[in-house]
Amino acid sequence: MAIGWYLVVSAIVFCVGAGGVLVRRNPLVVLLCLELMLNGANLTLVAFARMWGNQSGQIFALIVMVVAACEVTVGLGLVVAIYRRRLPIDVDELNELQG
Amino acid sequence: MVFTAILFFIAAIGAISGAIGVVMLRNPFYSVLALAFHLVSLAALFLLLRAEFVAAAQVIVYAGAVMVLYVFVVAYIGGGEQLTSGGVLRVLGPLFALALAIELCIAMLGAGLAGVNSKGAPFIPGFGTPAHIGALFLTTYLYPFEIASILLLAAAVGAVVLARRRRGLEPDEEIELRVKAPRPAYTGTMAEAAGIRPAGGDELLTPEVEPVGSSGAERTGSGHEGGW
Amino acid sequence: MSATTYGWLVLACPLVGTVLLALGYRIWPGRAAGWIATLAIALSFVFSVLAFIKLLGFSPDHRQLTSTLWDYDFSAGVDAKLQILVDPLSVFMILVVSGVSTLIHLYSVSYMTLDRGYVRYFSYLNYFVFSMLLLVLAGNFVLLIIGWAFVGAASYLLISFWYRRTTATRAGIKAFVINVVGDVGLVLATFVIFQHVGSVQFLPVFHSVHHDFAYNGAPIVIACLLLLVGAFAKSAQVPLHTWLPDAMEGPTPVSALIHAATMVTAGVYLIARMHVLFEWAPTAADVGAIGGCVTLLIAATIALVMTDIKRVIAYSTMSQIGYMIMGVCVGAYSAGLFHLMTHAFFKALLFMAAGSIIGAMAGDQSLDHMSGFRKALPFTFICFIVGGLALSGMPPFSGWLSKDDIIAFLDNRGGGFVILGIVGYIGAFMTGIYTFRMIFRAFFNEPCEEARELEHGHLHHADVPRNPMTGEEEDTDVGFPGPGHFIAEREIPMKIAMSALAVLAVLGGLVQIPGIDDAVTRFLEPTFADSKYVHVEPSTGTAWLGLIVGALIAIAGISVAYRIWVARRGTSTQLRERFSGVYVFLSHKWYFDEIIDFAIVRPVLWTGRLVDTTGERGVIGGITDATSGAVRATSAAVRRTQTGFLRYYAALMIVCVGGVALYFLISST
Repeated sequence: MAIGWYLVVSAIVFCVGAGGVLVRRNPLVVLLCLELMLNGANLTLVAFARMWGNQSGQIFALIVMVVAACEVTVGLGLVVAIYRRRLPIDVDELNELQG
Repeated sequence: MVFTAILFFIAAIGAISGAIGVVMLRNPFYSVLALAFHLVSLAALFLLLRAEFVAAAQVIVYAGAVMVLYVFVVAYIGGGEQLTSGGVLRVLGPLFALALAIELCIAMLGAGLAGVNSKGAPFIPGFGTPAHIGALFLTTYLYPFEIASILLLAAAVGAVVLARRRRGLEPDEEIELRVKAPRPAYTGTMAEAAGIRPAGGDELLTPEVEPVGSSGAERTGSGHEGGW
Repeated sequence: MSATTYGWLVLACPLVGTVLLALGYRIWPGRAAGWIATLAIALSFVFSVLAFIKLLGFSPDHRQLTSTLWDYDFSAGVDAKLQILVDPLSVFMILVVSGVSTLIHLYSVSYMTLDRGYVRYFSYLNYFVFSMLLLVLAGNFVLLIIGWAFVGAASYLLISFWYRRTTATRAGIKAFVINVVGDVGLVLATFVIFQHVGSVQFLPVFHSVHHDFAYNGAPIVIACLLLLVGAFAKSAQVPLHTWLPDAMEGPTPVSALIHAATMVTAGVYLIARMHVLFEWAPTAADVGAIGGCVTLLIAATIALVMTDIKRVIAYSTMSQIGYMIMGVCVGAYSAGLFHLMTHAFFKALLFMAAGSIIGAMAGDQSLDHMSGFRKALPFTFICFIVGGLALSGMPPFSGWLSKDDIIAFLDNRGGGFVILGIVGYIGAFMTGIYTFRMIFRAFFNEPCEEARELEHGHLHHADVPRNPMTGEEEDTDVGFPGPGHFIAEREIPMKIAMSALAVLAVLGGLVQIPGIDDAVTRFLEPTFADSKYVHVEPSTGTAWLGLIVGALIAIAGISVAYRIWVARRGTSTQLRERFSGVYVFLSHKWYFDEIIDFAIVRPVLWTGRLVDTTGERGVIGGITDATSGAVRATSAAVRRTQTGFLRYYAALMIVCVGGVALYFLISST
């Protein structure tokens, strides 16, 4: 398939993820949608790597995966901490989390 | 050629439907499963793009480790929330996303890139194999490699710090919010569901969510306070 | 040591006194502060005498010496230096000032005892003497203005010395504000003179007046009129005189020093020092003479009806200064300064004696309550008689020789000045009346209660301390005014000071008897050598004629007073009823206070309030409020984006990313 198709797929995945971030209120699901966006970007990277014949894109995608893993770790830790404080698990209620 | 096209379409549809599933499904468990399905589809797409190592890493790391982590946390916390009543963003959100999608498509397809309509550069044997990727990691991209490992260490330490039990805080000093938020759906003990044991909190669930558990926002059970 | 070194030492002594007393104001025990202050001024007097002797050693042409201690920055062409000018005029003034000040300090040592502000008083008094000496020793306009301002400040500090009294603080403010008007006049005059001459030093200015200004032209007349504003404000001449009677709120020695002998004579000194300018602008000099004449008359009429003993003496001061100003404006410099000297003697004496009788009355200053103190206060009585006779111009006392010296000069100049001379005689007649009205009412006739108590040896003490002006009860728990009341008969320092002044009042005139000696004129001649009136002295015969006329008028005035207040007792009441309109007019002091309040004070206050509400609060406040309000509104609007809602932040980010991509998309096509 032409590379353009892959790009369109990744654009769609990315935007679905973006829409999910805007619409969902459960922070866990928001993080999941974030994963979607990252994956969309990954797909773009790999597609372009194939287009240019350059493996840097794949390396980039691997590093993105590492970053995504770290982010998930920390984000989920945060959500667990919030849950243990008996705060509501709702992104709209959690709007004064400083200090 | 046709085979690859069919495979592409199957994988693409799988990816997109998984993505939509993540967003639309109400139960977070189901969302996690949808994401896992999406990740596997994406791995298939990677394979089609000759990125074997990336695909393998995707399945092992992403779908294997990260999703399992998600499953654990969702099991701990539970899920269930109201999808609606998000104000104006309930309408605008999808609209923005749609606009962005259209814009991205126009950008990518109409940008006049030469290789967009091709099937890619000539294939070099060993493209995308672990050998080549590994060689690149240890030569040209050594710094990102090492820094990524440090990042992983930091994230691990950070996660432990974030989620540990704070010493010195009495149970009544912890922030307690008496919010009339409903009990997460599909949670509660069987005894509570059957009505043998009375609910711990003093709030009732709102009628919208199924009243499987009759306790309020607070959980009196000692299970969650169990030491880490 | 040279004469100028003595000049610097004269300045240094009271300055050191002030600083010492001020720094150690908690530690000086008992009366030590008083003795230290008196010693400082006495030293100053000694150095003045030494400077005087040194100056006499020079030939008359070389008696104008300057000495510069420090050269200020020569910026913008202004050559201001820390420079004193030691010449006959300034030495004359420092002798008078430091001499009389020493005696007044001595008097105050016992008068102010037991007052909690004792050390503060002497510190202020020394500061005042320092300022006055600085004023007269100044060698350029800058130091003159500095001394002028310091003297005003010292006057304010001392008038409102008993600052718990509202009347005192109000009087202090009034004096200061009117003095500031004079300061402005003086400073503006300096600017005009500097603009035309290009220097602020006295000697260069005096040498170049003739070719830098046109004779009687607008600039010099304006400069001299501004100088007159300054002189009139400081010397309490009409129309800037309303502060002087109120200034009697200060302790009596302060009135003696500042408002009789020294500060109010600063205006006379100023005109005498600037005589070169005044002679070059006859219009201004005439204005000054007429102003002095008018003051003389008005003040004398008001003194006729005043009931507060200190205010009678205050108006008398105003009247006598009118004589002096009249004198120096028409060219009678040595006569005017001679009268300044003798007036310092007998006026200070009168004030001191008034302080003594006020002490006997336990703080009450009203003539209505005093009578018959002759037997109870003999020494004070003698001092009053001596001072009163000198003031009225009775031979052979000093006031006779000096006052009639001025009037004779006026008659000699001829023309319109003869009218001024005649007014001077009328004023002298009234002087006799009001002076002896005061003396007869206080000392003759039946003794009042306090006098009878004192005859039996017991000094009267009031049950409750009262404000002498308003009669309201006062809170003296603060420690001042002190509980002690002192009379001259019992206090040695007071007696010594008053005796010295009495002797001087009697014998002081002997230095300038027409035809026999003219020490003052000869001594002052080098300063006034460039005056065109220096040889317009009246002949000895004319002078003696004037003196005899003056003596007769004085005797007439005293006898009228005797008749009204001693011989025929009820006459004053009858006169008051018959001329009740005049009486009311005079006792309201010619309504000057009311006119000034209406014409100047109220409009200024109204303008101030207007500027405050519309200008300050409306415009400036509005602008700043609008600015800060705009900032606050903007930040409130921006604050609303800080919702804390994750989804809105995400939406914003996505929209912006889309916008950026759109931009790049469009710009690349």
